[in-house]
Amino acid sequence: MVQMPVYIGKRLLVAIPTLLIISIFVFSLQKLLPGDPIMAMAGEERDPAVLEQLREKYHLNDPIPLQYVRWLGGVAQGDLGVSLRTNQPVLELIGQKLPVTIQLAIMSMFFAVIIGVPMGILAAVKKNTILDYIANLVALSGLSVPNFWLGIMLILLISVNLGWLPASGFESIFVDPVRSIQTMLMPSFVLGTGLAATLMRHTRSAMLGVLSSDYIRTARAKGLSPREVILSHSFRNALLPVVTLSALLFGELLAGAVLTEQIFTVPGFGKLIVDAVFNRDYAVVQGVVMCTAVGFIVMNLAADILYVLLNPRLRATL
Amino acid sequence: MNQILRLTTALAFGVLTALPAAAVELKIGLQDDADVLDPAQSRSFVGRIVYTAMCDKLVDVSPDLKIIPQLATDWAWSEGGKVLTMKLREGVKFHDDTPLDAAAVVTTIERNLTMAESRRKSELASVEKVEAAGPLEVKFTLKQPDATLLAQLSDRAGMIVSPKAAKELGANFGSKPVCAGPFKFVERVQQDRIVLEKFKDYWNKDNVFIDKVTYTPIPDSTVRLANLQSGDLDFIERLAPTDAAAVKGDSKLTYADVVNIGNMSIYVNVGNGARANNPMGKDKRLRQAFSLAMDREALMQIVFEGTAVAGNQPFPPSSAWFNKAVPVPQRDVAKAKALIKEAGFDRVPVEIQIPNNPVVQQTMQIIQSMVAEAGFDVTLKSTEFATLLDEQTRGNYQLSRSDWSGRVDPDGNIHQFVTCKGGLNDTKYCNAEVDKLLNEARASTDEKVRKQKYDAAAVILNDEQPMIYLGHQSWIWAMKKNVTGFTPSPDGMIRLIGLKKGS
Repeated sequence: MVQMPVYIGKRLLVAIPTLLIISIFVFSLQKLLPGDPIMAMAGEERDPAVLEQLREKYHLNDPIPLQYVRWLGGVAQGDLGVSLRTNQPVLELIGQKLPVTIQLAIMSMFFAVIIGVPMGILAAVKKNTILDYIANLVALSGLSVPNFWLGIMLILLISVNLGWLPASGFESIFVDPVRSIQTMLMPSFVLGTGLAATLMRHTRSAMLGVLSSDYIRTARAKGLSPREVILSHSFRNALLPVVTLSALLFGELLAGAVLTEQIFTVPGFGKLIVDAVFNRDYAVVQGVVMCTAVGFIVMNLAADILYVLLNPRLRATL
Repeated sequence: MNQILRLTTALAFGVLTALPAAAVELKIGLQDDADVLDPAQSRSFVGRIVYTAMCDKLVDVSPDLKIIPQLATDWAWSEGGKVLTMKLREGVKFHDDTPLDAAAVVTTIERNLTMAESRRKSELASVEKVEAAGPLEVKFTLKQPDATLLAQLSDRAGMIVSPKAAKELGANFGSKPVCAGPFKFVERVQQDRIVLEKFKDYWNKDNVFIDKVTYTPIPDSTVRLANLQSGDLDFIERLAPTDAAAVKGDSKLTYADVVNIGNMSIYVNVGNGARANNPMGKDKRLRQAFSLAMDREALMQIVFEGTAVAGNQPFPPSSAWFNKAVPVPQRDVAKAKALIKEAGFDRVPVEIQIPNNPVVQQTMQIIQSMVAEAGFDVTLKSTEFATLLDEQTRGNYQLSRSDWSGRVDPDGNIHQFVTCKGGLNDTKYCNAEVDKLLNEARASTDEKVRKQKYDAAAVILNDEQPMIYLGHQSWIWAMKKNVTGFTPSPDGMIRLIGLKKGS
């Protein structure tokens, strides 16, 4: 275990070139897009003199490599630039949205795990029985039902007809925790059910693999109770792929859930990045993508560390 | 469970006791999030809705689009329309308690004219200089007569901001705007809410019956309506026409609409680069045929559930500026076919670029099948909006579907689109006669003279059709039954003066 900090340090160092490559990629992709940010921003009010002035101000007339170097220089000093649309510093925007997105991601993962994992175990243990079929049906529906449809249906049922929860909006958990949880319940449930389906399928197949292995047969032969066999012997081993998958799914959630955020008007990353792309607000797109990439890398690392903690055999490979 | 119940009761009680019993809060759902909250830099439509509550203007417009007093109580033109003198209202204060006087107006107008980030320069282009002629009197001297100036001053260019705040915050004014409207800025959370509260020293405070206003951007119109139905909002703007019937049938809601001052049209590339070299760009008979092949009335009924009206000019038929001698054409496929034949075609290939939103797509698919009967083979090329705008400006299109949100003065709806050097002239149509008429209309402060010029221009434009107008949408609002005193205005603004919310 002494090697753990060294291992984490190494992994973080490797992340730097990855992030650089991502930043170059995103930067060039954006510049390839047709459409001019200043024009998109101007909309109906296109005064050529003002447009030119703004282009100069934001250095949009410079060669693209120079623009990139300038941006990178800013990032090195902790400056991600300002939003063309609202003049707000990108770092400040990310600071506003990140807590929202993290809260949504955690609550969605909560729903995904409490629905997906037990259903997966149940489906594997009761393989080819009616319970298995039902779990599969639920999982498939979770995957197939579009988020926006489920979202609108829930709003109509729970907010409009029953009046139990607010239809949309957001409140910070630090300002009003009760309302914060209330507003997030429906969006996180909608996101969670989709992910639960994926988790269920993977838990089921991992469990099936483990359940058919020799040591489980031995455990059963020793006379262990089914509960012990399933939870202590099988599930712990089956957990490895599930943990990796959960970490990756969590990373994906950090990129923002565009449709769900739109429907429930959750002011998170998804809405921010979509608006930014439509407005060609380069600095915002770049900032959010980089932030998401960091989130992904961290989640990957977390998954690997959890792996080692769960599986003692892997500790030797560090 | 019991604990939760107790906790919620305690919280609810806390909230109830914290608020004074009389505080009336109005929650408004907007379609988009506003951009910078600085009248000098602002660009978005929803931004203007927020300003209506926060920033008073020199003049306002009435529901029939007449210029009426707001911060200026009286005004007069002199020296052949080259000088505009305005008398300011007495005792008006900004939200920071500084007085609104002639010097403040001069500072604001100069800020609009000179600040690097200002978007108001072209709107005030005719202003040579602005000066205080007395403590409460302002004099605008113009480079040339400009009848549109009053209309400009009824919008963002005429919103007077606190010189103190403008000096302190500079280009960052939008982070904490200070104006002289009925409500003052409290806070803003991007893409979540803008909160304003009643300004106690507002000059017309006796007619303000709301204590706090919250604007929430909710882009999806179905969700916006759901929030109104569930009681999370009191008022929403831009209800989808398809939901109009549902609101009218809901006993808890009130419906309001009015035909707006904007228009929907199709641009034909008649002179913008190489792609102007297309059949419709070269031959006006084909443009006339295209126009005749459409059943505009049916289109408005089908797509907009009858809330939009058919049109063939930049101004809606209900407008005083509409030329009645050039009525909206009835569909005439036989005549369209004859014109196509006359132009030497059997079938006419056309490519139309359209923005990728469902309403426009539906509109254009219906048009596609209507004009096919006359002989047009239309290909629809769907693109995302920023790209469409770019292609349209650069001339990389044959036909392009475009909307205009509308301006109070007729000039704003026609001049920049069809004059040779117009800033929004993406068709690059150029006709010296039209230029002359529209420039003259702009220079005259006599409405009869202006009407005559616009009428003459309408005849030429209806013959040459560089822009094929389709019609005019309505602004549609929905509100709870207990919200009363709202007057729909064709400019789409939500004016809160006189608006009440019952219990």
